[in-house]
Amino acid sequence: MSVILVFLLVIAGFAGWWLSHQRLMGKPWLEQGLASDFVAFDRSALPTAKIGLGVFLAVVGCLFALFTSAYFMRMTVSDWQPLPLPRLLWFNTGVLILSSVALQCASVAARRGQVDMVRLGLVTAGLTALAFLIGQLMAWRQLTDDGYLLSSNPANSFFYLITGMHGLHILGGLVGLGRTTAGAWNGARPERLRLSVELCAMYWHFLLFVWLAIFALLAGWAATFVDICQRLLT
Amino acid sequence: MVDITPADGIPPAEVAEVELYHPRSWWTKYVFSQDAKVIAIQYSATATGIGLVALVLSWLMRLQLGFPGTFDFITPEAYYQFITMHGMIMVIYLLTALFLGGFGNYLIPLMVGARDMVFPYVNMLSYWIYLLAVLVLVSGFFAPGGPTGAGWTLYPPQAILSGTPGGQGWGIILMLSSLILFIIGFTMGGLNYVVTVLQGRTRGMTMMRLPLTVWGIFTATVMALLAFPALFVASVMMLLDRALGTSFFMPAISEMGEQLPHNGGSPILFQHLFWFFGHPEVYIVALPAFGIVSDLISTHARKNIFGYRMMVWAIVGIGALSFVVWAHHMYVSGMHPYFGFFFATTTLIIAIPTAIKVYNWVLTLWRGDIHLTIPMLFALAFIVTFVNGGLTGLFLGNVVVDVPLSDTMFVVAHFHMVMGVAPILVVFGAIYHWYPKVTGRMLNEMLGRFHFWVTFLGAYLIFFPMHYLGLMGVPRRYAELTDMTIMTESAHHLNSFISIMAFIVGFAQMVFLFNLIWSIRHGREAGGNPWRATTLEWQTPHTPPAHGNFGKDLPIVYRWAYDYSVPGAKEDFIPQNMPGSFGPSREPA
Repeated sequence: MSVILVFLLVIAGFAGWWLSHQRLMGKPWLEQGLASDFVAFDRSALPTAKIGLGVFLAVVGCLFALFTSAYFMRMTVSDWQPLPLPRLLWFNTGVLILSSVALQCASVAARRGQVDMVRLGLVTAGLTALAFLIGQLMAWRQLTDDGYLLSSNPANSFFYLITGMHGLHILGGLVGLGRTTAGAWNGARPERLRLSVELCAMYWHFLLFVWLAIFALLAGWAATFVDICQRLLT
Repeated sequence: MVDITPADGIPPAEVAEVELYHPRSWWTKYVFSQDAKVIAIQYSATATGIGLVALVLSWLMRLQLGFPGTFDFITPEAYYQFITMHGMIMVIYLLTALFLGGFGNYLIPLMVGARDMVFPYVNMLSYWIYLLAVLVLVSGFFAPGGPTGAGWTLYPPQAILSGTPGGQGWGIILMLSSLILFIIGFTMGGLNYVVTVLQGRTRGMTMMRLPLTVWGIFTATVMALLAFPALFVASVMMLLDRALGTSFFMPAISEMGEQLPHNGGSPILFQHLFWFFGHPEVYIVALPAFGIVSDLISTHARKNIFGYRMMVWAIVGIGALSFVVWAHHMYVSGMHPYFGFFFATTTLIIAIPTAIKVYNWVLTLWRGDIHLTIPMLFALAFIVTFVNGGLTGLFLGNVVVDVPLSDTMFVVAHFHMVMGVAPILVVFGAIYHWYPKVTGRMLNEMLGRFHFWVTFLGAYLIFFPMHYLGLMGVPRRYAELTDMTIMTESAHHLNSFISIMAFIVGFAQMVFLFNLIWSIRHGREAGGNPWRATTLEWQTPHTPPAHGNFGKDLPIVYRWAYDYSVPGAKEDFIPQNMPGSFGPSREPA
């Protein structure tokens, strides 16, 4: 359970940082009136939707941290046989990076008000994300053809489970991306479009990060890394 | 010293950046509503409905335990199914949904001075997915083989073996699917509650001016958002084990002489995941109760809450600590002694912030102008019950004491006191307190007092003797105990007594439900602020609050939520949105 605890420690760090700005040492029973210095503490200047997405990403991060924790705990049992990762995953990783980059470009273009560039970026991101999903399915197909079935070994089970979960999150993101793209064509207000694009980009970058982390996990590098850390500690 | 009397002409608080959605038809106004107040009532009604099912299940269990062998239709399998469904419904579908979905939805926007939740559409989805989860859960009763009987903890491997009711049937599949749905729905709602507190607060409402109710619900929601994924992961993995034959949790096992396809899975892994959710869940239910009870006590004792800052820190501290105590549910599963030591220590440390809260409640009452209204009675009953349940928690938190007491009725008595009866008393108190705001009418006083005394004394008569049964060694989760040597005649009598009390207390809840429905039309008119309370929900121009909550302008907050009996003020309460400064206590410190 150490992975999830480390993750929660990071969340706690954020929460602590935020709380430390809320005047927890203040004496509200002595403070009447509407001093200008309170107003600064009212709410964040960030758009509400971004904060909402941030909180949601913390929950998603928690989910994958828990899968990772379970993975590490289960892999210590002797029946664990790691499966060879298909080469295709490297290609998929590249495609997903491309998708993230495209959205970043769209986001920059939205800030500059170049609607054509935004549209191009959104469509590229959507298509590459779709390509990623198809690539993942092909990787699954390849593995099942080679006899690495879901239930034949826990390493396989975790592989399908975690990549599947990640894929589902991408799929959900595609819904949001689709709506943003439709907005870009139907003349959404510029500031509205910009926010949507930025939200998409944020989500995409996060899922890319999650993918890189679970790729490292499934390839076994993460285990080596944890092993080194443990040796350093003991 | 900050003491600013506002100059004239402070501009009204700006409308939040969320555009308020205006319903156009009856359907979007009352059914598929995006108004948090309607969603709150939908959540509460659904939770109450499913809670009644759980109440009936508890009656059936008590019939069997109190009068074993008398009722043929309660087979051991049925008994296990009753236990499981009762526990799961009470903890998740009733208490979590009611506190966060019900009270959270109703109170957060009103108390922070917002027009609605920040993502109303997602909020609406949250309720409908919750309803779907409840329906999937209930469908277990009609599925072939009935619902799962694995115990509310759903421990593998037994949960998905054929010896457990529903294990190889539909029961466990429906249960796990329902949990997954619940968590998805809750996450949608939870995002709203958190972000509304962060971003929806009106001008002047700093975090340290929030009523403790909001602090409690806010912190509990943050915890739930981080803890429920653990249950999600556990449910998904067990669903795969059951449906597709993976071996996440299932060890090599043979059943009726037949080797099952599973191999090498770790039941302990499930326990870790389950309790990583399960322990924070206790505080997810308790923290809103803590917050609400603080407000009830302060309002009905006409006195500011003692140690507001400490109360906030304690809520946050309990929330953080509750994530590092989970393995105290697993002492008997076996663990490294140092781990046991660690978890026993963290468990006992939680007693510190909790005790601080109890002291502060008592000190708030000290020399207060205590009005023994029904909400106050329930709040006082909560303190007593919570202390009682908390003290037995100290027993169970210690490894050496826990091991012999584990899986006895002592544990049942403990958790019913601390996270069953105590939070439910707060739910009742809160309903008596806020019902006038929701409906515009007071609940009937006489029926309310009857409900309180029967519930409070009855709950004690049910659960207090149970401790003794547990100390005698009477195990929990046994459908039939007649032939055991520990079941002396007096123990049997005690069991029958507990059962009879359970029926009486259950009956009192019917009186309460009648009161809820009857008072909607026949209750005394309440007016806008019957309790003369300070918080914003009592200052709305309409009662019940209209769509948008606060009329044309949002309120501006000039003070904290607990200005009761301030010397020099005209009345014994000063609403949060009243400008001006009062009282000699406001001199620079």
